[in-house]
Amino acid sequence: MSPLRADLEIVANWVGRGDRVLDLGCGDGRLLRYLFDRRQATGYGLEIDPDGITRSLANGINVIESDIDEGLSDFDTNAFDQVILTQTLQAVQRPDQLLWEMLRVGRTGIVTFPNFAYYRLRWHLAVKGRMPMSHALSYAWYETPNIHFCTIDDFEALCEQLSIHIIERRVLSHDYKSPRLARWMPNLFGEVALYRICRA
Amino acid sequence: MAAPAEETSVGVIVPQTVHFDEPLALDSGRVLPGYTLAYETYGTLNADASNAILVCHALSGNHHAAGYHHAGERKPGWWEACIGPGKPLDTNRFFVVCSNNLGGCHGSTGPTSIDPETGELYGADFPLVTVRDWVRSQARLADHLGVARWAAVAGGSLGGMQAMQWAIDQPERLRHAVVIAAAPRLSAQNIAFNEVARQAIRSDPDFQDGRYAATGDRPRTGLMLARMLGHITYLSEAAMGEKFGRERRDTRGGYHYNYDVEFEVESYLRYQGESFVDRFDANTYLLMTRALDYFDPAAATDGDLSVALSGVTAPFFVASFTSDWRFPPAASHEIVRALLDTDKRVSYAEIRANHGHDAFLMPVPRYREVFSTYMQRIAEEVGV
Repeated sequence: MSPLRADLEIVANWVGRGDRVLDLGCGDGRLLRYLFDRRQATGYGLEIDPDGITRSLANGINVIESDIDEGLSDFDTNAFDQVILTQTLQAVQRPDQLLWEMLRVGRTGIVTFPNFAYYRLRWHLAVKGRMPMSHALSYAWYETPNIHFCTIDDFEALCEQLSIHIIERRVLSHDYKSPRLARWMPNLFGEVALYRICRA
Repeated sequence: MAAPAEETSVGVIVPQTVHFDEPLALDSGRVLPGYTLAYETYGTLNADASNAILVCHALSGNHHAAGYHHAGERKPGWWEACIGPGKPLDTNRFFVVCSNNLGGCHGSTGPTSIDPETGELYGADFPLVTVRDWVRSQARLADHLGVARWAAVAGGSLGGMQAMQWAIDQPERLRHAVVIAAAPRLSAQNIAFNEVARQAIRSDPDFQDGRYAATGDRPRTGLMLARMLGHITYLSEAAMGEKFGRERRDTRGGYHYNYDVEFEVESYLRYQGESFVDRFDANTYLLMTRALDYFDPAAATDGDLSVALSGVTAPFFVASFTSDWRFPPAASHEIVRALLDTDKRVSYAEIRANHGHDAFLMPVPRYREVFSTYMQRIAEEVGV
């Protein structure tokens, strides 16, 4: 199996042995496959993209074709140890409601998203006057599935408002490393933010 | 990803039969002293018998699921789209078995067979059978073939319900359940359609309370109407519109102002109905629709499907089609939900297709792709 991307590696390390996991927007199912194999995790991936469904099936995970914008009503309260949302928060209709749902069905949540306040994106918008594109944000504004960009500060403010407790935060720069600059001023120098959260 | 390289048919197939002398106790309380099942197989059973797949047929199906009965035959088996080399049920890897359900009219014991106790045709006296009875009857077929455990039991529509019942009743005898375009039970609307079909048959004067064999007549009109009704419900409005629109049979001039065939869709339905009469028995049609009505595994557990499925060990692959209004995605979703509730392994795909319920018989590309990918996974698991 090809190695996990560095951000997913961090996410995987947050999952405990034998955890029951729900991966929202599981893509090709690679993370879940890894968790099934290395962490003896069990659970399901939800995906809406037909190609993602096929690739997840090929990866041997349990994948359910489902639109997470319609909520997680298929799942009981506290049904999972971990509910994971990687690089998808910005693409959902109501991130606030989804976060709430995640922490209803899961004991803890793991959320990762591109930080829109990253200095390169600020530079792109400020100097070029155009919507930023980078390798983490690879879509032009007119075709992007991303409808709710947020910054690290925005996300933390929302958590506070929703009484969500942040257990741990990691901030990565564009090469998925964790440089001192990003730790010092995450909202400016962090390109990707990773959070472990739970109900306060 | 499974990429079908070269696609061919399984070719010419010779149907087989097997007779079981041991009595079979039915859900209805009646006992069949013995019974015959007609079946076909495609592909080769491997040495450890791990590559066998049971395909269950839908309402009016039979054991002829793929290939041809003789060279030059025009119509292949009903699941030709999915069974064969390079297809989802890849006969280069799997040994695929399809039997004619008990109560059928194509070689398995049913209303058109002789009742050994009377020496006469069973006809209307053939007992009503249920999906559970079919599972019991097929378990003996598995024994006969030397298959201790199916790599998968698969089916669409009523066949999907049967796959589900297999997973419930014989959990140790299947590795996977493949449930396509099915439902955990019929809706009232579905039972209503079945009842109209049955009444069409039963009210035909030639039906004679099901004892039509004695006179040599058959309720042709009733069976034709039942089939025409069924056909309408298996297609979607869009599929019918695309296929026929308001195409006229006779494109010259205006309407004829009578009740002969004016529109192509009428011609199609009449053709489908009439050809069905030639190949299907009315009593079998009544019995199969009734088995559909009765299917409700959750009834035994106070309506709680997740409890009914709690003993299941096979992972499920469930698929539905967006334009299927007879067994809509919501019905498949109920099965998925019940499996999730009880922590079972399940995958679900909702396939965009405008063919209505019949999509499960069609070579819809995405359907083929996800189905193949799932079967590939099973092939890897059993090492073929």
